[in-house]
Order: sequence, then structure tokens, then C-alpha cells
Amino acid sequence: MEYIIIIIAAIFVNNIVLNQFLGICPFMGVSKRISTAVGMSGAVLFVMTLATVVTWIIQYYVLNPFGIMFLQTIFFILVIASLVQMVEIILKKVSPSLFQALGIFLPLITTNCAVLGVAILTIQKDFNLMEGVVYAIANALGFGLALVIFSGIREHLDLMEVPRGMRGVPIALVTAGILALAFMGFANLV
Amino acid sequence: MNQVSNFTKGFIKDNPVLVLLLGLCPTLAVTTSAINGLGMGLATAFVLTMSNLVVSLIKNLIPDKVRIPSFIVIIASFVTIVELTMQAFTPALFEALGIFIPLIVVNCIVLGRAEAFASKNNLLSAVIDGLGMGLGFAFALTLLGSIREILGSGAIFSLKFLQADGILVFILPPGAFITLGYLIAVMNRLKKA
Repeated sequence: MEYIIIIIAAIFVNNIVLNQFLGICPFMGVSKRISTAVGMSGAVLFVMTLATVVTWIIQYYVLNPFGIMFLQTIFFILVIASLVQMVEIILKKVSPSLFQALGIFLPLITTNCAVLGVAILTIQKDFNLMEGVVYAIANALGFGLALVIFSGIREHLDLMEVPRGMRGVPIALVTAGILALAFMGFANLV
Repeated sequence: MNQVSNFTKGFIKDNPVLVLLLGLCPTLAVTTSAINGLGMGLATAFVLTMSNLVVSLIKNLIPDKVRIPSFIVIIASFVTIVELTMQAFTPALFEALGIFIPLIVVNCIVLGRAEAFASKNNLLSAVIDGLGMGLGFAFALTLLGSIREILGSGAIFSLKFLQADGILVFILPPGAFITLGYLIAVMNRLKKA
């Protein structure tokens, strides 16, 4: 039951992109086509889950026992950066087809603040490992949901007559605002 | 003369937020009021200036292949300093900015300037570039925060000047997107004129 609340809260109520503003760069950058949006969401799901597990283990078995919690930021970002590199190398060797689908998105994820953000939030919320995994997966799904809906709207937006000053990023931001407004309907759901 | 334009380019011409569109996450998230925007902007400006300084100093010592991880470690160290300092001296602001202080480390502007500018230029230019870009970022965040605070709660820097409550949506998440969208549209218009 508790897991279901975590999932619904992370996907709809506190959507990671539209409510918490994490991962705005890929949200704006790769949302021009639905196909790239799906690829990016897959890569984020993969890396975010893995990164949350690894950083959770580091927090509770390295940082806390040695009392070096203040090194959290440095440790986490290094772990995530090397993890992304490692995933890239392993994926290339083990599953070339998956690499083909996710490959170009992986390097972009290192600077995706959503991954580091979720890793830190998992620690801040005092989740245990299982809750952390559920939280990471739910957030990645929330990211995917927002990204795919948004790219669907942007594909249509390309065909519209937009005032010249608003073309490109400005109209995309206003659209995202309206999407965020729609997601506010989920507030107080849980 | 060159250093003057190096400093001022961050404000309008190459403004990190309004023109280059870098670092949008903290821009949208923390600008619910002018003071939060200013605090976040100054914290980022400090990290940017200091990391530019250190990167420029040791640019010849870092092997080319490991330069990005090295830059990240340098940036993360300064972020940790900012984090601990703010926790000690401005706890209210630290509370308000929350998770976005550690997330300065993944702010694209900081790594971007280290890679694109500080690792190729001398100490003085790198520091001036960091200061200019950082203050440009702070300027954009304060501007966005002021607009949202005025429209959303009829106040600026917490000084209330309107009797009415204001339009609540502007201090809620959707208002961030919409305000920034219009601000960038205005910038585009000004750039063409």
C-alpha cells in the first residue's frame, strides 16, 4: 500500500519535471520528436534506478559509518558519472540493440539533475532500499510521462502558426506551463 | 577594454538563462520570490567564479582525458563549501532553496564555462568571465523572481505594496514556466531590434 502511495505521489502529484523542476534540460532538449522522447525516458529509467541503488548503498555503508556525510555531493556525482560510463561500455558489449536505442542519450544523463536529485531525495526522505528503488522507478516513469506528452504536443505545435517572437523555446515553455497547470489537478490526490 | 566586454557579456548578450538557456532547473524552481532568486544566483556565481579560477590555474596539470571528471570534483568541492556555509549563516534561505544547492554541481553553466572558457584562458580572464556569467545568472534569477513575486503576491523582496493577494498561479510551478517563456520572448524581440 505504502509503495502505491509512493508511486502515485511521484508520478502524478509531485511530478519530477512539472512540479519539482528536475531534468528540465532534457525535457526541453529532446522533446521535439516522440521517438527520441521514448528513448530518453528509457535511458533515464535505467540509470536513475541503478544510480539510486548504488548511492543508497554508499550513503549507508560508506558515508554514514565513517561520518563523512558532508562529502555526499562529491561522492554521488562521481558515482553517477562513472556509472553512466560503465553502463555505456557494458551495454555496448552485452546488448548492442539496446545500446543502439539508448546510446546517444547516455552521456547526456550525467548532467541530468534529475538523477542526482532523486538520489539525494531518496536519502533525505529516509527511504529504505526497496522504497528507494520504487521511488526511483516511479520518478523515472513520471519523467517519461511528462516528456512523452510534451513531445506529442510539440510535434503538433510545429504545424501551428506561432507569433514570431514566441517561436521555439518561449512557446514551448508556455506549453509546459499549461501542462503543469493540468498536472496540478492531481494535487491532494494522496 | 577586452576585459570589460568579457565581464558584461553575461548580462545581456550571452545571458546564461535568457539567451543560452542553461541552468533552467534552478531558474524555474527557486524563483518563487526575488530574495530566493538572488540567493541562488549569488551561490551559483560564487561556485562559478571559484571553479573558473581553480580550473584556469591547473589547466596545464590536468591530462586531457580526465579533464571532465577533474572539473566535476573541483566544482563539487566548492558546492560543498557553499552548502555548509549557507547552512550555518543563512538557514532560512538554505531551507527555501533545499535540494537545489547540492544540484549546483550539475548546473550546465558551471561545467560549461570551465570547459569552454576557463580551461583555455589565463587566470584574470577566467575569473572575470566567471564573475560576469555568475552575476548575469543572478540577475536573470532575481528578475524572474521579482516578476513572479510581484504578480503572485503583490510584493517585492517581501515588501508588500499591494492590498490584494495577487495571482496565486505565478508563485506555483506553472507560473515559472509561463513567466520564463514570456521573458525569453521579450529577450528575443529586444535582440532583433
